[in-house]
Amino acid sequence: MARIGVFVCHCGENIARTVDCARVAETAAKFPGVAHAVDYTYMCSDPGQNLIKEAIREKRLTGVVVAACSPRMHEPTFRRAAAEAGLNPFLCEMANIREHVSWVHEDREVATAKAIDHVRIMVEKVRHNEPLYPIRVPITKKALVIGGGIAGIQAALDIANGGQEVILVEKEPSIGGHMAQLSETFPTLDCSQCILTPRMVEVASHPNITLYTYSEIEEVEGFIGNFEVKIRKKARSVDLNKCTGCGLCMEKCPMKKIPSEFECGLGARTAIYRPFPQAVPAKPVIDREHCLMFTRGKCGTCAKVCPTGAINYEDQDEIVTEKVGAIVVATGYRVMDADLYGEYGYGKYPDVITGMQFERLLSASGPTTGEVRRPSDGKIPKKVVFVQCVGSRDNARGVPYCSKICCMYTAKHAMLYKHKVHDGQAYVFYMDIRAGGKNYDEFVRRAIEEDDAMYYRGRVSKIYEENGKLIVKGVDTLSGLTIQVNADMVVLATAVLSQEDAEPLAQKLSISYDEYDFLTEAHPKLRPVETNTAGIFLAGACQAPKDIPDTVAQAGGAASKVLGLFSSDELEREPVIARVNEETCVACWRCYNACPYGAIEKKEIKDRQGRAVRWVAHVNESVCAGCGLCNAICPSNSVELDGFDDEQLYAEIGALSNE
Amino acid sequence: MTKLGYYPGCSLEGTASDYGISVRRMARALGWELQEIEDWNCCGATAAHQTNHLLALSLPARDLALAEEQGITELLVPCAACFSRLVHANKAMQQDPETAREINDIIEMNYRGTVSVLNLIEALQKYAMPDIAGKVQRNLSGLKVACYYGCLLLRPPKYTEFDDAEQPSSMEDIVRALGAEPLDWPFKTECCGAGLSMSNTGAVVDLTHKILENARHHGARVIAVACPMCHSNLDMRQLDVSRRYGKYNIPILFLSQLVGLALGVSEKELGLKKHFVKATSIIR
Amino acid sequence: MSNKTVSDTASSFTAEIEGRGRLRLADCYQCGKCSAGCPMVDYMDYLPHQIVRMCQMGEDSLREKVLGSRTIWLCVSCETCSTRCPKDFDIAHLMDVLREMSLEAGLQHADASNIIAFHKTFKNGVEKTGRLNEFPLAIGYKLRSMDLFSDVTKFPKMVTARKLRFLPHKIKGRDKVKKIFAKCEARIRAKKRGKK
Repeated sequence: MARIGVFVCHCGENIARTVDCARVAETAAKFPGVAHAVDYTYMCSDPGQNLIKEAIREKRLTGVVVAACSPRMHEPTFRRAAAEAGLNPFLCEMANIREHVSWVHEDREVATAKAIDHVRIMVEKVRHNEPLYPIRVPITKKALVIGGGIAGIQAALDIANGGQEVILVEKEPSIGGHMAQLSETFPTLDCSQCILTPRMVEVASHPNITLYTYSEIEEVEGFIGNFEVKIRKKARSVDLNKCTGCGLCMEKCPMKKIPSEFECGLGARTAIYRPFPQAVPAKPVIDREHCLMFTRGKCGTCAKVCPTGAINYEDQDEIVTEKVGAIVVATGYRVMDADLYGEYGYGKYPDVITGMQFERLLSASGPTTGEVRRPSDGKIPKKVVFVQCVGSRDNARGVPYCSKICCMYTAKHAMLYKHKVHDGQAYVFYMDIRAGGKNYDEFVRRAIEEDDAMYYRGRVSKIYEENGKLIVKGVDTLSGLTIQVNADMVVLATAVLSQEDAEPLAQKLSISYDEYDFLTEAHPKLRPVETNTAGIFLAGACQAPKDIPDTVAQAGGAASKVLGLFSSDELEREPVIARVNEETCVACWRCYNACPYGAIEKKEIKDRQGRAVRWVAHVNESVCAGCGLCNAICPSNSVELDGFDDEQLYAEIGALSNE
Repeated sequence: MTKLGYYPGCSLEGTASDYGISVRRMARALGWELQEIEDWNCCGATAAHQTNHLLALSLPARDLALAEEQGITELLVPCAACFSRLVHANKAMQQDPETAREINDIIEMNYRGTVSVLNLIEALQKYAMPDIAGKVQRNLSGLKVACYYGCLLLRPPKYTEFDDAEQPSSMEDIVRALGAEPLDWPFKTECCGAGLSMSNTGAVVDLTHKILENARHHGARVIAVACPMCHSNLDMRQLDVSRRYGKYNIPILFLSQLVGLALGVSEKELGLKKHFVKATSIIR
Repeated sequence: MSNKTVSDTASSFTAEIEGRGRLRLADCYQCGKCSAGCPMVDYMDYLPHQIVRMCQMGEDSLREKVLGSRTIWLCVSCETCSTRCPKDFDIAHLMDVLREMSLEAGLQHADASNIIAFHKTFKNGVEKTGRLNEFPLAIGYKLRSMDLFSDVTKFPKMVTARKLRFLPHKIKGRDKVKKIFAKCEARIRAKKRGKK
């Protein structure tokens, strides 16, 4: 005989404003099988949960229905309370009378009647519920970090220092990412390389970290605690074990004029190259698109000069498979192509450059060894115009969002320029100064007050060259005057975009992404480092434009989530999984083909003599995600989903129709 | 044989008759047959769209509807101002059924949106390039040409879409194919003041001066245009510019005149004698 | 009342512009790129972005400022602003709308009379004949604007070059054109009444 308790929550005013909660409880008390029904202001609060626990014990309840908010919000809360009082948690169900009732209706009568129906449905379901027991799955205590910029480096080090193994995959020949390209960092002006390179070295030497550079993610399968990842190690053409990093090959390579990606085209590199001297690993790679051995089939200089025989032109891509329990995605960002803006003449005038190029001009390890010299003639520019929001906040040709970092780095650029060129003048065209952050606004003010940067409030309409000057036509909306600056150099603060391959990667990982291909967090406030796929976490600018402090903080957060997951040996999974009735299964394999998780296996049924008599479908409990596709597709009705079986669902529908 | 519908517009029949003559002569040299829309009316130009937006759509809509009735699918509109008005009306009616209904109701015709409107550069791109180089009869080598697009051919890019609105290069491609030397100069899309030529001459003289000066600075021997307003501002107003800012002597050629010259048509036939700034004897 | 202070009086100005022009004034975030690239700013009383700003604020005294400004009549519709606007706001079209409203309200700036005279002569010619003849246009304009002697030196050359014809060409469908004019004027008037 069922003895079900019904607990109706007011959710403060959220539900009670439109639903007569007392009447819902009174009505529910009369439903068949209901032994107890009450309403209360906040059922999720401590006293509210105690109401449930006490009733379970005192009234010897066999099931519980909590009529409150969405189960997404509080089902775990109430199931935990039920379990604490000795009731199997899967005998506790929620009726959603907030999102489905009070928030979407205005009429109190209608809403109350609908709330009563919801409770009636769930009471019927609980009458048919069976106790279920969690499934335990082992965890592979090894994490995969995708991306070796500052986000990936930080996450990998934090996990590794927490005592767990990490595989770090980077698609470029070296780790370091964009931060390695930067000169000095706001708001403290400490040297980017000086704070980054020690961490890069730590990654390379850490006993818990396996580093795959020049490698990409090929395929991801499995689920939280049990992922299987295929990694493509691209042919480097240099044997990392034999190479000592002496650099002789790069010295002798005849292809010396390839624009360096690391220098944003302001410097050149060879065909066998390492992106920058502090690269980790400090060993080169052959760029097959430019290497004469690959383009013309002759040269072989590097192989001839290599003292250790590390050059291997026959090298091929290699696929390695790794089992991991958690994944941190830290794939970073790219900057927009400035040549989208014909009116700014980027690509036409060599002295119109991007912010990232200006970083290289400022950097002591850059193409001008840190002297600000313009690309066209190497002269020191005396007037430099910085244009913010190039592509950002631009619905017409760019992206509508704010790229977040440009206000700060432009102030830094203006400041560093003045530090290097004392008689120079920096002009900044801005729309709004967004400097929210510790010591950020003070930093911008310093650029204006102490380093004499002239800030004009407005956009630039056109840049053209005349008599060796770049004529910048802008406006200052504060004074209502148009501005013309005859500049020596122009720096465009281009928009931050998601990586070009963010979408295919997200699809491989089955995680969601927004319309700009930034990867989406599970909850913008409360779950900022998780994705909607359990066991996969986010760090850094792959999620949204972000500066270094925020990136490092998020990477630490992601690492702590991974360490938390790895703190137990087994993972408890919800027992809502499919089950096959082997008596009626006809082995048509529709479920086998439909299952997106590969959870259906083919099982042989043997007779007493051990002879195989027929095949049936079988569900692998640890892989099944309980999506119910097999249940729906089965023509012989042989698959049931625990917790949502036919009997339970018919009871729910029946409750509505038999009223 | 390329057959194109043809809308000369009022200027090409009047103040820019040299443009009209040279387009027809150039077309003949290229083997194009031009079918003029019968009984076409004025597009309304600036005066209409600055004062009555319905009129600004309805006047060109009648022309489009006539063209459609007369079996024209591609319509050459050499005047940049007419081109702008016809493209605006065409796109507005093609893209928004409600606008199409309202305008059709006003003009008491039923335009279905089947005509596509081409300016002179587009038509040359489509039906003369790239083999025009093989038809060149006169040597233009060394002739430094500043290609001037002005406003109405390129803007707004969502309507005109045939070239980059900020760094266009299509006219240069044609000039290069003719054997002349197109210049790279930054003022090719600056505004000359257009319709304010008579009513605010002072401003137009200032704007025109900036363009002429920039072209001269970059070594232009001639300026090529595809717009009667640009032409009259740069040619006729060059006299006023010279009076105020010192002597300028840069012949302003319609693109059709330049093409015609290259194809061996005589200066007289191309209307080159009608210019204020002497445009004959450019060719050695 | 102070020339530099506006009250918060509600006005239908903003809504009227938006209704006529299919524009959403709130789209503009006042970056000023329109003003930065406008070829006519040197002659304007307000910069283009300031005109947009006053339309956004929409207060009653601003209606007169905007519709009575020189700026809206100096705009040559070169569309540089609309082409470069990062918010895809069609400022050039806004200027068309404001000129239309300015004429209807009789608020047009005194200096604009030349331009308005030119437009009027132009439209009258087209209305009568279906096409524009520039000689009557020039003569008619000079009479309306009382600017009789500028450019007279250029006429002889234009006549000898057969660039000016004395007699206007009349198209067959001029009745139809006349009707188009009548209908357009009537509809604009009806829309204006509807607003009130």
